[in-house]
Amino acid sequence: MKHEEYKKLLVGYLDGELKNKERELIENHLRKCPECQKELKEFKKLRGVMMSMKYQKPPDEVWENYWKSIYNRLERRISWILTSVGAAILLFYGGFKLVEDFIKNPEIALLLKIGILVLLAGLVILFISILRERIFIFKHDKYREVKR
Amino acid sequence: MKDDDNLVIEKILKGKKNAYEIIVKRYMKRAYFIALGFTGNHNDALDLSQEAFIKAYRSLHKFDLSMSFSSWFYTILKNLCLNFVKKNKEIGKAPWEIVDESKLKESLGPLGEAQRREMKKILWERISELPVKEREIILLRYFQQISYKEISKLIGCPLGTVMSRLYYAKKKLKENLKDILHK
Repeated sequence: MKHEEYKKLLVGYLDGELKNKERELIENHLRKCPECQKELKEFKKLRGVMMSMKYQKPPDEVWENYWKSIYNRLERRISWILTSVGAAILLFYGGFKLVEDFIKNPEIALLLKIGILVLLAGLVILFISILRERIFIFKHDKYREVKR
Repeated sequence: MKDDDNLVIEKILKGKKNAYEIIVKRYMKRAYFIALGFTGNHNDALDLSQEAFIKAYRSLHKFDLSMSFSSWFYTILKNLCLNFVKKNKEIGKAPWEIVDESKLKESLGPLGEAQRREMKKILWERISELPVKEREIILLRYFQQISYKEISKLIGCPLGTVMSRLYYAKKKLKENLKDILHK
């Protein structure tokens, strides 16, 4: 076994995570290697410092309300989606009716009608283009999905 | 827990949506502390860990039932935390407290209040400076006391890799903490 391999075992040795055979190997090596003995001592010190600490516990209410808060957030998102879809349908219908009345109105000049229709067509194409770009970005976002 | 988790998930996918509460309650503490280790801030850790549960719930139909839920969920949570840390350069305050005085004294000798505060701050800064793969493994092992086997399952790598990553992380950390450890 290479020296570097023994060194890696030092960490598992201190953490009590070695199998019997590995533990015997490292114990035999430690008896004759001052370099590893020194490193073991330093690792032990560092481990002692870290193991003397624990994360600060949040108040108990955090755990009591944890699930409720997730449930509310999930529910709120569904209501937002439904509200947005409803609003979009109403807007679309209203817009359609407005354009229909505008075109059917004989008092408005033909040139004005054509101008407004061309403007609307431009806005629709712009909207579709932006939407397509957003969908492309969304599909290529590396954090969007879990990959393993 | 793997099989048990997946049985619950199967129930959720079949329409028993409220069963998700079981999963959330099972993993909420671990998720919160993992996020706390990345952000160092209570509110952000709470928000990110809950967001991870919401994201997991909405992607549950994509979850492969032959895999481990805890590992899949850990990846979601970690990605959310890393995204957050990338956008917010502030690393927060050391989120831990000294709970074992004798262990600390054995390693560093007696310390005054100001020295202890400084030591906590420096340790947090040095750990936050480690590359992500090393930082996560140090936090999981020494601040959440998770076994090598469990860590290997969570981050999806062999036991040997866990041990060697811990070795390199601790080696770097002890170099960067020379001033404190060799006083």
